[in-house]
Amino acid sequence: MKRQAYRLIASRLGLALLTLLIVSAIVFAMTGLLPGDAAQEALGQAATPEAVAALRHQLGLDQPALQRYLQWLFHIVSGNFGMSLSNSLPVSELIATRLPNSLMLAGLTTVVAVPVALAIGILSAMYRGSLLDRALNLLTLSTVAVPEFLVATIAVLIFAVNLHWLPALSYLSSVSSFSDLVRIYAMPVMTLCCVLIAQMARMTRAAVLDQLNSGYVEMASLKGASQVRIVLRHVLPNAIGPIANAVALSLSYLFGGVVIVESIFNYPGLASLMVDAVTNRDMPLVQGCVMVFCAAYLALVLLADLCQIISNPRLRQR
Amino acid sequence: MKKDTSQYGAVGAETTLEQLTAKGASRRDALRALVAAGLATVTGGGLLVASTAAHAQAKPKQGGKIRVATQSSSTADTLDPAKGALATDYVRCNMIYSGLTALDEHLGATMALATSIDTQDTKVWVAKLRPGVQFHDGKALTPADVVYSLMRHKDPAVASKAKTLADQISDVKASGPNEVTITLSGPNADFPVILADAHFLIVKDGTKDFTKTAIGTGPFKLKEFSPGVHTVVVKNEHYWKPGLPHLDEIELIGISDEAARVNALLSGDVQLINQVSPQSTGRIKGTPGFAVLETKTGQYTDLIMRNEGGITGNQDFRLGLMHLQNRDQMRQAVFQGYGSIGNDQPIAPSNKYYFAGLPQRKFDPDKAKFYFKKAGVGSTPLQVFASPAADGSVDMAMLLQQAAPLAGLNLQVMRVPADGYWSNHWMKHPLSYGNINARPTADMLFTQFFASNAPWNEANWKDPQFDQMMLAARSEPDEAKRKQIYGDMQVLIHEKGGLGIPMFLSSLDAHTSKLQGLGSIPLMGLMGGMFAEHVWLEA
Repeated sequence: MKRQAYRLIASRLGLALLTLLIVSAIVFAMTGLLPGDAAQEALGQAATPEAVAALRHQLGLDQPALQRYLQWLFHIVSGNFGMSLSNSLPVSELIATRLPNSLMLAGLTTVVAVPVALAIGILSAMYRGSLLDRALNLLTLSTVAVPEFLVATIAVLIFAVNLHWLPALSYLSSVSSFSDLVRIYAMPVMTLCCVLIAQMARMTRAAVLDQLNSGYVEMASLKGASQVRIVLRHVLPNAIGPIANAVALSLSYLFGGVVIVESIFNYPGLASLMVDAVTNRDMPLVQGCVMVFCAAYLALVLLADLCQIISNPRLRQR
Repeated sequence: MKKDTSQYGAVGAETTLEQLTAKGASRRDALRALVAAGLATVTGGGLLVASTAAHAQAKPKQGGKIRVATQSSSTADTLDPAKGALATDYVRCNMIYSGLTALDEHLGATMALATSIDTQDTKVWVAKLRPGVQFHDGKALTPADVVYSLMRHKDPAVASKAKTLADQISDVKASGPNEVTITLSGPNADFPVILADAHFLIVKDGTKDFTKTAIGTGPFKLKEFSPGVHTVVVKNEHYWKPGLPHLDEIELIGISDEAARVNALLSGDVQLINQVSPQSTGRIKGTPGFAVLETKTGQYTDLIMRNEGGITGNQDFRLGLMHLQNRDQMRQAVFQGYGSIGNDQPIAPSNKYYFAGLPQRKFDPDKAKFYFKKAGVGSTPLQVFASPAADGSVDMAMLLQQAAPLAGLNLQVMRVPADGYWSNHWMKHPLSYGNINARPTADMLFTQFFASNAPWNEANWKDPQFDQMMLAARSEPDEAKRKQIYGDMQVLIHEKGGLGIPMFLSSLDAHTSKLQGLGSIPLMGLMGGMFAEHVWLEA
């Protein structure tokens, strides 16, 4: 199994690098198609043609697109992410200050959302067709149908403005204890959970249900095993494949898709950095963020596949 | 134009009651005055509270920390005054740096780092610097700092937003141990007001790197700066204005979603916000402990009828469309009554050169019909481009469209997204909307938007007589004559121009009632960006 796992990881890494390359080229082309460029955005109303030309030359934007892309590629390979065009700070520094925040939010959301989703999915599958199943289904579908800015704004209105239980802004500089952490992250995590839980729960339910129909489950229950033991000991290891994939896909959203939550709670994460970068047409920063999101997504998908292999002895033997 | 770059506006009109009680008038004086004004129906109770409050307001408290949320903050946040583009940049730079002059509530120039600015011919200006001013690192302010700070705007590598303003300056040199002589390329009587622009704040001689540190002579010292996240400043103990600032620390953040900004204020996470939408004011005023401050600025959203050879360049058509603007309805429906009515010329009532004698153009669909017939407008639909980028323009365009059938006109509103509006749509269609931020001087507005060779001549309007009047007024030192020339120019634009200016917008700030001392400088909200040194926190 070890050799197989190594082979898988190696081939995956190779594919990942290729994917990163293709994605960077596509993003570069798309951002280049947007109207205006960093020099024009920086000068704003003061953008007379001479001023724009001078700034473009200073920023190196007057070189042809292909040359700029290859230059960027060359730098990235040696680990230099370049300088942000809008504020002359190194891109790696900008990303490094925001990445831990994004990881923290993603981590806390995962810790809350995944167990809850699994529990909901398994319970729904075990008691399928019952009132519990229908109620859980309704609950998860309605939370995913409501747009997250509405959930976030209503939560802020109730908990922060009216009850004053939680702060309206997720202010990181005031975290000094665990209870502070909980108070600050409560609403953003809750909002994100509303978005994620439904997908993971429904996938779990479908995967577990699928397994519950098979022969070995019938055998186990004839042998007298309890429902819980059947599900946890026999069904889950077989169902883990699709579940892990669903979880990985949902969690990848936590890096780049949380821009609305970051905006409403004023949370300094990577998603809002990316949006800023696009608005300012700050190419090196956009590329840097895209590389990070892409790498995170590929890592999650790799983890999901590894989970699948580990859980399935047939795949292990090969 | 975007709210982004400049900062100027019109005088706020305080009510008589506020003026009286602010001066600490006794109850008897105030009541007497109110009776005289026929306002005796105001309850005495309100007056009791107001007059005791006047005494409380008189003594600012020292100390305290506040958090301020502006409408935007991004990785383009800057510590370099030359690159300031948004309200948040102006606020930040005004906290850390000081300028030679500063604006007052009437958009005149008060002395700041300069103790006097004199001229004989409005072309050569001599500024005497205040002695004993220190930068945050202890270095004394010298003429070399002023020379560097002003001349750097002319360097294209600095990419200064005020380059066009700085091009008017041909030379700055130190002419004494505490004196600077500035020579302009042409006479300009408004120069002291131009020096009060937030881009011309004084930095240390030779500063090239503004990424991490900022040394200035302002009321606060920079403690922490993270572009797009927050700025933290602490009190400058050696500030050249004695007794100021009152606060110990200010944290500046940006919350772009307006509802989130209001929620942050109401839940106590921030103490001061700007760019409050008129729709949120009811909620804020209805919550005890919070207040809304209106600053009547000269910012306007204008209907551009661009002369491109078609019907929109026809003066009869333009007059017709101007008469189709229901100004009161626009003010009430779009801005909940905030703002002041405009008369299709760009000088706001708060500007000292405002010509009050111009008869107010009213909503008159019959007259509009007459003009349209004269112009020969058919029934083919005309497209007018509007966008959320120009405040209120979409709603104004819709109101115009609804009124158009009354005059036999067929208008189609093309609503386009805010992103890229200024590069793709503004001034690129026969009918579109623009948004011009207030400027402190009438001359700046005229030069940038109405002169024949103006860089942003929205309506493509060329009038040689106007250009002559503009140059004559710029160098005219006599105030009365200037006012007369500017009055004539306003009449000219009103009758022959190509812009429909239905109203002037107000800037709304909201704050906790504990934060006192916030005034109004008709440049922009947050006291023209200069609130930091004036405010204090009641316990």
